[in-house]
Amino acid sequence: MAKLLRVNMTDLSVRFEDVPEKYALLGGRGLTSSIIYDEVPPLCHPLGPDNKLVIAPGIVSGTKAPTSGRTSFGGKSPLTGGIKESNAGGLSSQKIARLGIKAIIVEGQPKEKGRFYVLRVDKDGARLLPADHLKGKGMYEVCDLLWKEHGEGVAIIGIGPAGEMLMSAAGICVNDQENTAGRYAGRGGLGAVMGSKGLKAIVIDDRGGPGVEIKNPELFEQGIKKLTQASLTHDVTKKGGALNTYGTNVLVNIMNEAGGYPTRNFSSGRFELASQISGETKAEIIHKRNGEGMTGHPCHPGCIIQCSDRWANPDGTFKVSVMEYESVWALGANCGIGDLDKIADLIWLCNDIGVDTIEMGDTIAVAMEAGLLPFGDADGAIRLLNEEVRHGTPLGRILGNGCVFTGRAFGVTRVPAVKGQGMPAYEPRAVKGIGVTYATSTMGADHTAGYTIAPEILGVGGKADPFAVQKADLSRAFQATTAFIDSTGYCLFDAFCVLDIPEGFEGMVESCAGVLGVNWTTQDAIRLGYEIIRKERLFNEAAGFTRAHDRLPDFMTKEPLPPHNTVFDVPPEELDAVYDFSKWPKEVVGEVAG
Amino acid sequence: MQIKVQVYAILRQYIPGASRGPLVMDVPEGTTVGQLIEQLPIPPELARVVFVNGIRQESDWVLQEGDEVGIFPPIAGGEGPGSWAI
Repeated sequence: MAKLLRVNMTDLSVRFEDVPEKYALLGGRGLTSSIIYDEVPPLCHPLGPDNKLVIAPGIVSGTKAPTSGRTSFGGKSPLTGGIKESNAGGLSSQKIARLGIKAIIVEGQPKEKGRFYVLRVDKDGARLLPADHLKGKGMYEVCDLLWKEHGEGVAIIGIGPAGEMLMSAAGICVNDQENTAGRYAGRGGLGAVMGSKGLKAIVIDDRGGPGVEIKNPELFEQGIKKLTQASLTHDVTKKGGALNTYGTNVLVNIMNEAGGYPTRNFSSGRFELASQISGETKAEIIHKRNGEGMTGHPCHPGCIIQCSDRWANPDGTFKVSVMEYESVWALGANCGIGDLDKIADLIWLCNDIGVDTIEMGDTIAVAMEAGLLPFGDADGAIRLLNEEVRHGTPLGRILGNGCVFTGRAFGVTRVPAVKGQGMPAYEPRAVKGIGVTYATSTMGADHTAGYTIAPEILGVGGKADPFAVQKADLSRAFQATTAFIDSTGYCLFDAFCVLDIPEGFEGMVESCAGVLGVNWTTQDAIRLGYEIIRKERLFNEAAGFTRAHDRLPDFMTKEPLPPHNTVFDVPPEELDAVYDFSKWPKEVVGEVAG
Repeated sequence: MQIKVQVYAILRQYIPGASRGPLVMDVPEGTTVGQLIEQLPIPPELARVVFVNGIRQESDWVLQEGDEVGIFPPIAGGEGPGSWAI
């Protein structure tokens, strides 16, 4: 029987608990958000003792299901003030699951400020170890030291100096098979929540663990067969397909062509240097340098899409993983920087210091808008990260708290954020549906919460006109299904193939049902997604959010965006229609509200 | 009339020099997106998403002098019904 591991940082105790019946069928985001909803007072301070950090592998994580190594991290976000789930690849998900642990709940706060601990979890249990020797260290060194101390191959979940300093842009890092620090649950400042608990790192050694119980092996096998077939045949996810060949950065050219690639702090939808930082150019350079770089890299064992990469320096030595679309955009186009080696330096620094690349890209661009440094000044941006943020100088602490905080500090009004969280790499004035998702997601501005880019730009899962404003139905459907996928442990990129191949989605649902021993239809799965969002929304309402928070920044409704010269003109009623419960499954709205 | 054409991702392997910048092409008045694709040495089934001046267009769209055309393989894209909506 799987257990919950509860870690109390106030008295430094750990205990295993039986999983309550109500959590038996949950995993990933569904589980983290349910535990936060049940146990965390919505009005608590996110960095105080009443907040909790919940870490959960997905429903199928730890089995042989393909591409299912996502770990969900949940808590009340210091960046948004609302509920947060942020998930990452890397080694942790499968290992936590194989130790028979359904979730790790970290609560309380050490009495002694400034002390940090490492939580070690293995087949014999869990214990807290002093981590004074890791204090202040960047994530690359932390990963090296912890593999030396605990053995090669263990999973590491950790925070850099930014998390220790409780910065709202701090993320939580997970190592990969090469022990590179680079897989981040970056969004929402959960690194600061971990830091507030005095927890520097978690080490997971699954050797000798019981593994994951599969209650209906036949259904499970049938499910993963269907999903694998869909993943291996779809043009986006197959071997040699777009994601595998070029990585997520393949999106640069198409978003730039569509005029939806935010440039220089969201002042244009086209970047004149886009071709220099595109996925095509990235792959070409990696292959030309012919050293330790590679494309088609798996971020966790068992991934069959393999969209990650390892970027090499001009001399062929390894530099950083991963040159993701979002990171390259945030620290590239959004800051007017068109040089992949400089962008690699910036990503390396974010990964080491432990800050979210999206939030820091938005923040540096706002600092550029404020005149702290000119757009395109890569060396200046490197200096801000390495000398200010890393060392927690007064300026570094302003920047480390994100783009909204920085905008306020310097009187900048063009700040691209919703609910306090900086926007990712899709311009809502050129792609209206993603703006509806940014505005209404329980997470703040988050593209992964409801990726309407698929039909609006990419022609996946049908086609939708990006300029049409009637997008509530589209965004709502994507948000609900995404909440389900975020609960499974499967990577959201599986969505590309399951959007177009119905058997793929059936397979995904059947594999989950096989593990849990239930009979779920795809409708049941989507309903579960709605239930998760409903709980998150109720938490946010109790934390003080209203419809006024479901809006994009003022400037986007007024400043036309080149090249299409459009503003964000989705009417407020359309945004509110995402939560028009007459369009929701009755069981969900009734059950939770009642 | 003259138009500019850019192809992306795997389509570049069919057109030498395509990564260096747009191809300038002379095509007859009234040429459609579909007819343009037939003239290019790329497998037509791989020309999945086409932008004309930054707006996605279908194969029957009639091109104009000076148009800028961007052609993408499935970067994402299929033509399935979509299985998510309830």
